[in-house]
Amino acid sequence: MAKRILTVDDSKTMRDMVAFTLKKAGFDVAEAEDGKAALVVLGASKFDLIITDLNMPNMDGISLIKNVRAASSHRAVPILILTTESDGTKKADGKAAGATGWLVKPFSPEKLIELVQRVCP
Amino acid sequence: MQPDQTSIAGFAQDDLDPPAGGENRQQFITFTLGAEEYGIDIMVVREIKGWTDTTMIPNAPVHVRGVINLRGVIVPIFDLRARFGVGLTVPTSMHVVIIVAAGTRTVGLLVDTVSDIISIDPKAIRPVPEMGLPTEDQFLEGLVAIENRMVTLVSLAGLFGKSADATKRHFKGDLATSKAA
Amino acid sequence: MNSEGEGYPLAQFRKTYFEECTELLDALQSNLDMLSNGSGDAETLHAIFRSVHSIKGGAGAFGFAGLVTFSHVFESLLDAMREQKVSAVPEIVQLLLRASDALADIVNAARSEQSLDAGFGAEIVAAMEEVLAGAADAQPEAAEAATAVTAEPEVTGERRYRIAFTPHSEMLQKANEPLLLVRQLRRLGGVSVEVDTSRIPLLAALDPEAAYLGWTFTLDTGAPQSAIHEVFEFVEDDCDLLVTLPEAGMPVAAATVTATPEFVAEPAAASVAKTAEPAAAVPVATQSIRVDVDKVDRLVNLVGELVITQAMLTEQGTLLPADHYPALIQGIEALAQSARELQESVMAIRAQPVKSVFARMPRVVRDLAATLGKEVRIVTAGEMTEIDKTVIEQLNDPLTHMIRNALDHGIEGPDARVAAGKPRQGTIHLSAAQRSGRIVIEVSDDGRGINREKVLAKAQDRGLVPPGASLSEEEIDNLIFLPSFSTADVVSNISGRGVGMDVVKRNVQSLGGRITVHSRFGAGSRFTLSLPLTLAVVDGMVVSVGKETFIIPLTAIIESLRPRAADIHPVIGRGNVLALRGEYLPLIPLHKCFEVEGAISDPCSGIVIVVQSESAGRVGVMVDELLGQQQVVVKSLEANYDPVDGISGATILGNGRVALILDIARLREIDAEPRPEKPSPIQQFATSEPREEITHAA
Repeated sequence: MAKRILTVDDSKTMRDMVAFTLKKAGFDVAEAEDGKAALVVLGASKFDLIITDLNMPNMDGISLIKNVRAASSHRAVPILILTTESDGTKKADGKAAGATGWLVKPFSPEKLIELVQRVCP
Repeated sequence: MQPDQTSIAGFAQDDLDPPAGGENRQQFITFTLGAEEYGIDIMVVREIKGWTDTTMIPNAPVHVRGVINLRGVIVPIFDLRARFGVGLTVPTSMHVVIIVAAGTRTVGLLVDTVSDIISIDPKAIRPVPEMGLPTEDQFLEGLVAIENRMVTLVSLAGLFGKSADATKRHFKGDLATSKAA
Repeated sequence: MNSEGEGYPLAQFRKTYFEECTELLDALQSNLDMLSNGSGDAETLHAIFRSVHSIKGGAGAFGFAGLVTFSHVFESLLDAMREQKVSAVPEIVQLLLRASDALADIVNAARSEQSLDAGFGAEIVAAMEEVLAGAADAQPEAAEAATAVTAEPEVTGERRYRIAFTPHSEMLQKANEPLLLVRQLRRLGGVSVEVDTSRIPLLAALDPEAAYLGWTFTLDTGAPQSAIHEVFEFVEDDCDLLVTLPEAGMPVAAATVTATPEFVAEPAAASVAKTAEPAAAVPVATQSIRVDVDKVDRLVNLVGELVITQAMLTEQGTLLPADHYPALIQGIEALAQSARELQESVMAIRAQPVKSVFARMPRVVRDLAATLGKEVRIVTAGEMTEIDKTVIEQLNDPLTHMIRNALDHGIEGPDARVAAGKPRQGTIHLSAAQRSGRIVIEVSDDGRGINREKVLAKAQDRGLVPPGASLSEEEIDNLIFLPSFSTADVVSNISGRGVGMDVVKRNVQSLGGRITVHSRFGAGSRFTLSLPLTLAVVDGMVVSVGKETFIIPLTAIIESLRPRAADIHPVIGRGNVLALRGEYLPLIPLHKCFEVEGAISDPCSGIVIVVQSESAGRVGVMVDELLGQQQVVVKSLEANYDPVDGISGATILGNGRVALILDIARLREIDAEPRPEKPSPIQQFATSEPREEITHAA
């Protein structure tokens, strides 16, 4: 069965690009546009990996990670955060909150697949 | 838009023997205007329906019989007899409208009856001779003889193309290249 | 994502990106406005930051370098504000507004693939950088970059590394799997492993979520040491890691870092205890989906069909004796109800808040106020009022023009205002509201108002109003909508573009809307714009001419009447005119215009509908009968035919027949066209009798 990945980003462009790349690589992909929506989706279904942006309305990536790690359903699921170079402290915040790894924007489809396979083979 | 082949597939299967003589053969639907028999490429035919009253289009050329509601789409109906310049059809419920895809547009052709589907080898199509008819040659694609009948093949591009003088003012432009909308 | 792989639909992503940019820029604009008028809060600043951040993120993905550079500085400034290193004083907010305008321009340039002037926005960037530099503890970013890149010694040939790896419990809690790391290492070369189990406690003391194992890997690889560190990139902070070259007998690099104190403060057990709480606290998110407009349009069309079919059934239903088919009649009624509700729901899908248009107006005000040297603020209300997307798209131009007009002609200069006892700063109110099935948009200003004496004098001077005619105040005010009417004493470069309020009125009318003005001299003007909720449906008067049926848009109709013979006057060569309350209206016999046979030709036996259009003024349209008033779904005639002069579209009536919708603005001209007897094939050839001919052919 294909691995299921949830991509969380308030930017439709980013979600589209991530989803397209992952689907082409054979993953099942679901999308959520912010942390709150992601929690709703996660409450309804099981995922093997979460890829989340950090800056989002309603609930940002850090709070999402904290919530996921605190709830039973997905606490052991890998979480990759999307950051930019200028988000230096964000990367540490994400890690501290429980993120598994990070991906620096902009990234190539190959890099995305490589990182995803690294944490979710 | 490509002609919708599926909508005529059933028609073709019911009424036709499997086309003999290989894949090169072309199929035409034949129809009559008075004593003359004409053929039109089956690939452009979307459906065939009985005549219904039309809504007139103001100041349109005489061969434009108005518009009808074809399942919510406004479709103009052209009187082929008038288009060929051989009179005006007085339509009754016995008359037939052939709905065709002319380029991106859907239009209806008012004819007397639909008679047959013929399958012919393109090599059998002979050019139209100069006959001094009031019609113009551009919309006559060729002639073909079927069992002692002469069928005149009609070209949609010629009917509604640039060269169609009678329609120029109101039906301008090449249908094949008209905007897709 | 910046690579264009095989089958990678980059163009599609770009399109999405620019659509998103439009929304982000609109949001940015309205949040900045809130910030600038003091109604914003902490979240406003966060939202502003996110807009710029998202624009930058996408720009990076598509390689829009200029956009990345600009938005990066912009974002840095916003970040500094979020961290309260820079406060939102008016000068800073002003800078943000300018930056936002420039950002919009840069996005637009990228969208249209045009290049901006080399120095575009440089001044703003410099100003923002200056503020950033001034912020006490702004850190140079170069420092961060420098730490990221460590000098890599040249490595050649295969080497044997010894890797001592002891995960902390935190590593597992972050879902990093040691086994996967081993697999990663194996890709680099041959690996042998030793496990250290010495730290495993007795079962009773064992915490299932803690890490007790340690491993020592021996790796033979030709890959550089950085590749090893890359494998452990995500876990370096959550483990003890020691990479050595045993042959050299010394550690090459060490990373022995303990978990961050903040995290230790929240151990796993504590988190587990909280499990139920956050789940319950999660509020239901407003879920939305993005759908292609084409799909929605298709749905709107289909529902239009359904409504027509339903109307057809209802009409047929009335022909049935109700007592014989009670269930059928009930069914038809229920269908009518659901069809109506369905239509409303579908229309609601395409509805959007007017906010997207309103949000652009503050910039219009800012730019123009600066040019004119006026002090003006704009106050908006009812931005969330929803209206059909197709209407919204066409609302921008008329609204912009009305705002410009208010600024240019309405609001006085600051000194004149003070002299008139008004505040220096003028105010423009822009509001939207839904009233009885229509959207009402108002643009009002507290400026000088309309000078009726001047307007009337000018109108009389230009022959637009007969001398001595007595007009109501309202009628005088509405003279400004007449073509090329301009009351500005000095034609400024704003209004001197050859665009007047007549164009606004025409735009609004083409949307099926109406516009009126109310003004108090010295106190200001209020323009009221009333629009239909959608363009797909038109309120129409159904009329008959001979056997034909036409639709006249209600918005154009002033009144209808059956004229008395005494009111009809022939004018040589010009047809008839109708005398109506001292005014003479040209009478247009529709049957003549459209060559309809069998219609009533005596005006006194038919009905005259007085209609008004901008270009043709008031005219009386002669028809046979009024059949009623109804909402009709507008259909395109041009999809399968050519544009027809005098016809704006078509619709399908309850009986299934097509009826054409009149373009009343064109009727007068069509009527004036010479109509020579056209030779027609009917006269040239004998009319054929098809039935007979068929018999011949058989």
